[in-house]
Amino acid sequence: MASTDQGVSSPGRARIEARTLREDRWWVQPLVTFVVFSGFVVFATFRAFMGRDYYAEPYLSPFYSPCLGDCVEGASDFGQPFGWWPLSAALIILVFPLGFRMTCYYYRKAYYRAFWLSPPACGVAEPHQAYSGETRFPLILQNVHRWFWYAAVLVGLVLTYDVVLAFRPMPAEYAVGDGETSGVHMGLGTLLMLLNVAFIWLYTLSCHSCRHIVGGRLRHFSKHPVRYKLWTWVSRLNESHGTWAWYSLFSVAIVDFYVFLLATGTIQDVRFF
Amino acid sequence: MAYDLKMRVWRGDADGGELTDYSVEVSEGEVVLDALHRLQATQTGDLAIRWNCKAGKCGSCSAEINGRPRLMCMTRLSDFDPADTITVTPMRTFPVIRDLVTDVSFNYEKARQLPYAELGPRDADGKRRMMQVDVERGQEFRKCIECYLCQDVCHVVRDHEDNKQHFAGPRFFIRYAELDMHPLDTHDRRQLAQGAAGLGMCNITKCCTEVCPEGIHITDNGIIPMKERVVDRKYDPLVWLGNKIGIRNKDNDGRTEV
Repeated sequence: MASTDQGVSSPGRARIEARTLREDRWWVQPLVTFVVFSGFVVFATFRAFMGRDYYAEPYLSPFYSPCLGDCVEGASDFGQPFGWWPLSAALIILVFPLGFRMTCYYYRKAYYRAFWLSPPACGVAEPHQAYSGETRFPLILQNVHRWFWYAAVLVGLVLTYDVVLAFRPMPAEYAVGDGETSGVHMGLGTLLMLLNVAFIWLYTLSCHSCRHIVGGRLRHFSKHPVRYKLWTWVSRLNESHGTWAWYSLFSVAIVDFYVFLLATGTIQDVRFF
Repeated sequence: MAYDLKMRVWRGDADGGELTDYSVEVSEGEVVLDALHRLQATQTGDLAIRWNCKAGKCGSCSAEINGRPRLMCMTRLSDFDPADTITVTPMRTFPVIRDLVTDVSFNYEKARQLPYAELGPRDADGKRRMMQVDVERGQEFRKCIECYLCQDVCHVVRDHEDNKQHFAGPRFFIRYAELDMHPLDTHDRRQLAQGAAGLGMCNITKCCTEVCPEGIHITDNGIIPMKERVVDRKYDPLVWLGNKIGIRNKDNDGRTEV
């Protein structure tokens, strides 16, 4: 690009052939993002299309929650209104968290840089000849982020309910000692699900659209003290939105993989009580 | 402790130029601008540099140091290894005038296109009143020193000269945001920001925030809130319906679209 008369080599600008003069390892961050996100997409796609090994009582994989299709016994806590759905039940529900993350302001930055190289890093020329940003289809659809946020809140509530269920007493056949079938149960799966839902909520509530909805859209905070307070809380969370995005990405994959290992009988759940 | 600093400085004008190697004596505690001034005083009397305050407050000495947009007066030599060669070029988004001086008039043209604040009528006693909590959000943007490093690093115009006509850039998006958050302003600039100013061109890759010497959260506190306000105005049917049936707050009442 720099050898043509476009971009940083446009007529009138200082003639410098290099597309960047940066000497630091600016490529590390986009490369890591590319590798990790690609890995997650491959893993999530594989697991979503599997259509099995997503439930190991009392744990339900977050990829399949709520399980609204033709799910295995015990996995559908909200009925099976899509029982006729011929494909994996994950595909019914995953569009919402997927859409939420795809339109997320943090993820947009990350994948525009790492996948579309637009730009790969600050002060590094991008390889594209033309650029229209988010003004045309399909990228103009990024403006629907808040709709996915509404859906993500519902999904967050369902995942929270799943954690509550993960504390429930286990049936007799799972008992590993006296008294195991009554009272509250907690295993490593419960703990992982608890951490996952905490990260999911931190990610969801730190969202820029959430920040706008709770109070950011106002011009007169003084007339809305409660919403102002909410806005200040969300603003504080929002500073680490990218961190919560990464943590929750890992946690959701880890919980799913743990449930997969349990469901396939590869490992036994570690029981705390 | 004095040592000889190796520098590569872009010398030339709009007709062409090249990176030229120099060696200049520098001392502990100095900044890149000090090194260039000594170079100018001892070896290259015709080296063109724009500078003024040497304190990071005037926004004059913007340049690119090792490929990163920075203020020359705020870039310490101690951040580099004494054996390193420091490369200094003019900002690569704007037309070069000579050596390290660029023509930043693009930014003044964009400033002129932005409708200024139009305040409503005064109170009965002739005063205007605003609560501190209502104005402090915009005060962050008032820290801007107009160094235009954010404009320089923004790939929308840096890598696409043809976008300059339709894109105001991050410095002016925070101005749009500041005015849209203003409790007394009567202009509604949301359509304008999305249309003529090209807010939709921004893909929020946050380089503007990374280079801001004032630490302004340009993207998180300015551009994204402004994008969300545009969504309110253009892309959210719930907001539209709420306004129609009168159940939404009246925060934007009394504003007229410009």
